[in-house]
Order: sequence, then structure tokens, then C-alpha cells
Amino acid sequence: MYRYDEFDARFVKARVAEFRDQVERRLTGSLTEDEFKPLRLMNGLYLQLHAYMLRVAIPYGTISSRQMRMLAEIAERWDRGYGHFTTRQNIQFNWPKLRDVPDILDALASVEMHAIQTSGNCIRNTTSDPLAGVAPDEIEDPRVTCEVIRQWSSLHPEFTFLGRKFKIAVSAAEEDRAAVATHDIGLYIVRNDAGEVGYRVLVGGGQGRTPMLARELRAFLPKADLLPYLEAALRIYNLHGRRDNKFKARIKILVHELGIEEYRRQVEAEFARIDRDAIAAPAEEVSRIAAYFAPPDLPVRPAEDAAFERALKTDPAFAAWVAQNTHDHRAQGYRAVTVSLKPVGGVPGDATAEQMRVLADLAERHSASELRVTHEQNIVLPHVALAGLYKVFRGLAGAGLDAPNRGLVTDIIACPGLDYCALATARSIPVAQAISRRFADPRRQAEIGPLSIKISGCINACGHHHVGHIGILGIDKAGVESYQITLGGHAGADASLGERTGPGFAYEEVPGVIERLVERYLELRSSRRETFLQTYRRVGMEPFREALYEPAL
Amino acid sequence: MSLLFDRDGELANPWNRIEGDAPLPDGAVIVDLERLGSVDHAPLGVHIPNNTDPALLVGDFGRIALISVGFPGFSDGRGFSIGRQLRALGFAGRLRASGPVIVDQFAYLLECGFDEVEIPDAVAERQPLELWRAALARAEHAYQRGRQGARSSILDARRARNA
Repeated sequence: MYRYDEFDARFVKARVAEFRDQVERRLTGSLTEDEFKPLRLMNGLYLQLHAYMLRVAIPYGTISSRQMRMLAEIAERWDRGYGHFTTRQNIQFNWPKLRDVPDILDALASVEMHAIQTSGNCIRNTTSDPLAGVAPDEIEDPRVTCEVIRQWSSLHPEFTFLGRKFKIAVSAAEEDRAAVATHDIGLYIVRNDAGEVGYRVLVGGGQGRTPMLARELRAFLPKADLLPYLEAALRIYNLHGRRDNKFKARIKILVHELGIEEYRRQVEAEFARIDRDAIAAPAEEVSRIAAYFAPPDLPVRPAEDAAFERALKTDPAFAAWVAQNTHDHRAQGYRAVTVSLKPVGGVPGDATAEQMRVLADLAERHSASELRVTHEQNIVLPHVALAGLYKVFRGLAGAGLDAPNRGLVTDIIACPGLDYCALATARSIPVAQAISRRFADPRRQAEIGPLSIKISGCINACGHHHVGHIGILGIDKAGVESYQITLGGHAGADASLGERTGPGFAYEEVPGVIERLVERYLELRSSRRETFLQTYRRVGMEPFREALYEPAL
Repeated sequence: MSLLFDRDGELANPWNRIEGDAPLPDGAVIVDLERLGSVDHAPLGVHIPNNTDPALLVGDFGRIALISVGFPGFSDGRGFSIGRQLRALGFAGRLRASGPVIVDQFAYLLECGFDEVEIPDAVAERQPLELWRAALARAEHAYQRGRQGARSSILDARRARNA
């Protein structure tokens, strides 16, 4: 993975010093609260319902054992012993004190981490495929592009005071595991007819109160033109994006109002006159970065392992976990492991300091010291040998990290909701916990098959409910929480936005409502192989609506 | 009143900002964009709000010595892109950022092509010139290549290291 050189290290240090100075200037009154707010946000510091929240960047979700241990230390020393992994592959600490934040940033800098641009109206952490560099269906490691973008977008002089936040995602695989179409700019690494590798560029995706899927801006962009083209696309957005209404300030609204053709025309005109050589990352710089993402030096292994096969036969819990939570690796004799942070009744995405250390240790011993954070709020150990899988499983089980539910009904995404968030209008975490308990039986989960439930506690949609197979949106209706259900959303390559079933439901009703939907699906599916989403796409809303609003007598 | 300065310190302001249709005095004047076409004067400057298309000014570059870009609030960053575009379109005169911007933006303004900054007194009282100088001195490196090189480019530094 990428390592800082002296310039990266100095840059992050200077940023910490600058933040210390900003806090000082706020305290002396040199900065007003209005002026300080965006500055602290650009360093990841939010003011939440009960306390400050610090969001730490995990660039494109890749993190080392050493860094994970530092997160554990921060959780213990400056927080309440846990952290919350987010849908943008970052981690949040919910209880830091303002005066401790510069020290936390120093601690992060000591392991090549930071909180730069994890919030604010600027270019946020670039997200990617958690199986980058591992998946057999990948053209190249997308993290090289992500790191090029990370550096280019860090304290960009022109794009640090945009109209609204700006999110970029990159995927290089056939299967989209990065929800590319829901981003302000989405990049697919593709090969053109001539066999050259470049980018298919999408623009204008986003969730929030006006969900939209991104449209194609360029079918093929040569690799060398990436940064000049992004610069042109951002410039047109910065110049024309609305400033009069923050709910209409995202690029999706601009693209919608101008039309994709007119936006494209303006971007291409800007791109044509831009000084590309001054902006593009030099080829030797891209190679320097790419060298860090060379595949790790994994010992050559046989395709099969006798001890692994034995464990599969003797320990059914292990077999179920392997079937559900591991993924093919391009190296023979290896698998990528998804560690679920969704134990039955748990808080989605939360991990204790102790669990973080267990993960760090297991990664060090069994996964080339590397881990990934997924946008589904789970952790991936990307390089585990078949021969080590059982040890990893036992290690995880000892820390309560062995839920065999990746992609199943209890693998729920939920925003922090009314338990933490100042914007929330309804609880989100307790809803996830109640649903998870309702479907606790692993055999029942396996019977239901792939099903993604995503819960947001307000219309800002941080829980990605628009792209949940079942989406749940909690709103406030005259002082009472009400939960609207959407069906048919999906975040993959064939992305779709969910459709509302009808009137909302009371907080206590939600688990029963989800159960009725699931039961109806089980009746409707043409075979065990037809997933919830496929069934919904085949039969449409009506049969599900009946299940919700006209219960059988 | 306001405080005008560039990277080297405070500047005397020889420019007279003339709003609306008020008569033009002798000497350097800055007029509103609407009036630009009908004015024959030197030295001439123009003030543009931050929703102006910079391309509209290209024909006048030869007779404008200064363009003042309005920053209605520090968090409205459109002016940064306008600065970049004006330079990309070939404007070689003086470029001024005018409005309640903050010290943390000084390096960014210079890198986007601005030469000087004009802040209202209310901002200058809280953010005196020393703070602007200190902010610039602290801004060491950037990952991008800025016009005036307020921060030095890491891309170039790496190239030099590897050479």
C-alpha cells in the first residue's frame, strides 16, 4: 500500500499545525464561529448532538495493521473505547474533546493518517473497491488512480470552497463493489477497442433528498488526461453550481438543470483550453505511486489445502462462514475474507478497540498486514491463505467478529441516526438492531439469500436507503418517528433507485414490515436461486404493496 | 473602508472604485461591469461579481489594467475558478480579490492567479496583516502547481529529488 515520502509527511504535519493555529485563532476571536466552522469541517470535525465527532480518512478504505492499532489507541485514549466505520470507508470517533483534537491529529500523522477533507464543501475521500488488487475480475488496481486523486484533491487551491461536498469513486472490476453511480463523479477503469486502459467517466450521481444515478460524461478518457479532465469538470461545477440553496448545490442538480449535453459541452470546452501539462500527474509520478500497489509478496501455495478441507467438514459454522464471507483471490491458494461488523443485535459498523487490535493482529499474521474498510461498513482481510483461514476464523470468533452474514438480511447499513446525529429526524441504529434480532437464525438468513437493507435516519440518506434492496427512511411526522419503505434499489453496475411502497410505519412496526416483505418474496420467487432483487424486478411493486397494506385475513 | 495588500505587505490603493453612473474622476478608476463598454478612461479597472463569465472580458483585456473579483463571502469559492479562468484566457493585468476572505485562503488566492486582496475593515480588525503574512509563511507545499507558487509544488520537488 502507499507509503508517505518526506513531502507527504511534511504536508500532513503542516496541516495539523495549521489546525492548531485555527483553534487558537477561534479562541482569541480572530476567527468567528461562522468562519471556523468550515475550517474544522475540512479537518473532519463535526459538532453532533452530544459532542464533537472526528471523522478520520481511510483513503480508498486501505489500512495497515499499524494504522488499525493506532485507531484502537485513539479510541481508548481519547474516546469511549470504540469507533464507527462509515459507508465512505472512513472511521468516526463520537466523543473526542475539542482540545484533544490537535493531539489526535498528531497521533494519526505519526502513522501516515489524517482527517483532511473528510467533511466540508470540498473533494472528499475517494472511495473504491474493497477487493482492489485482489479480485480476479479487475483490469488494474484502482487504488493507483485513487491515490493520484487523493494527492491532487488535497487542499486544492481552487476547489476547497465548493458549493457543496464532492465525492469520487473508482472501480476497475466487472462487478461494481464501489457504488460508482451514486457519486458526484464516478470512474470506471475500462479498456477501449484499441486495448488501451482509460476511464469511463460518470457525473451527477448522489443520494440525499434528490437521489440521482450518475450519467455518462465521457465514454473513454485516456489515463494521462485524468486530472486535467477532473479539473475542467470541477471548474464548471464550481462556477455554475448553485449557492442559493444548499439542498440544490450538488453537481447532480447542475447536471440535471443544464442537461448532460450542455454540461458536457462546457466541460469539453474548458478541457480543450486547459494547460494539461501543468495539471496532469507526470508519468514518473504515477509509476512511483503504482509501485506501492504492486501485489504483496505472497508465498506460492497449492490450490488446495488438506487441513482447510478437513476443517470445512468438521466445523459447519466454519463452512457456513467460508461460503458466505470469503471471496476468490487472484492468487492460487488464497481468499479475501469479509469480517462482518454486523453481529446480531449489534451496531452496524462499530468496532471496539479490542476488536480493532484483533483485526490488526490477524492481518499482520495472515493478510500481509493489510485490511480494507468496505462501504457496507465491514472489514476485509484481503490476502488470507487457505491454510490460515481456520485460524483467522477462530481468532475472529473469539472477538465476536465471526457473523457469517455478508450480503444477507442482517448485513444492514445504517447511519448513526438520532442516537448521535444533529441532522437526524429518527432513530436508525435501534431499527437495524431490531431487524437483525428478528432474523437472527443463520439458517433462515441463508434461506432468504442476498438481501441488502439500508436505513437512513433522515432525508440526507447517509444510510444509502435509496439503493437498498429494501430501503428504510426514518422521518419525523408531527413529532413521531415514521418509517418509509422503498424497494428495488441497488448500488451495483446495474444500479437502480428504490421505489416507495406507500405510507410510512411506526417505529415498533418496522421489523414486522420487513418480515412481511421477506415472506412475500419467499412465496413469489421462482426458485431458490432468484434473489429478492431479481424477484422484485420481475414482479414489480404490487405484490409487495399488498403484503404491506392488505394483510391476509 | 478597506485594507489592501499583496504577498509583500500593505499597498497604497491608487484605484478609485466608482459605483453606478457617478462621474469619473481623474486617475485610476474601477467601474462596474455594466459600465465597462461605455467608458473611455485610463487607467481603467473593472469590478465583476462572482457569477460573471470571464470570457465576456476577453475583448477588453487590452484596455483593462485591473480586474477586481467580488467575494461576497469567504465560503463562496466561485472567485477562485474565475481567477484561474481569467489567467487561462490570457489576462496579464492585476487581479484583485475583493471581499471578506480569510487568512487561510491567502495562498489559494495567489495560486489561482490573484495578485492582491482587499478586505473590509471589519475583517482586518480581527485578521490584521501579520496573520496573513504568517499564514503564507506557513503554507509550504502543495500537491498542485499554482500560478504564483505561493506554496511550492510537491510534483516539482519530487522531480528534482529524482533527477
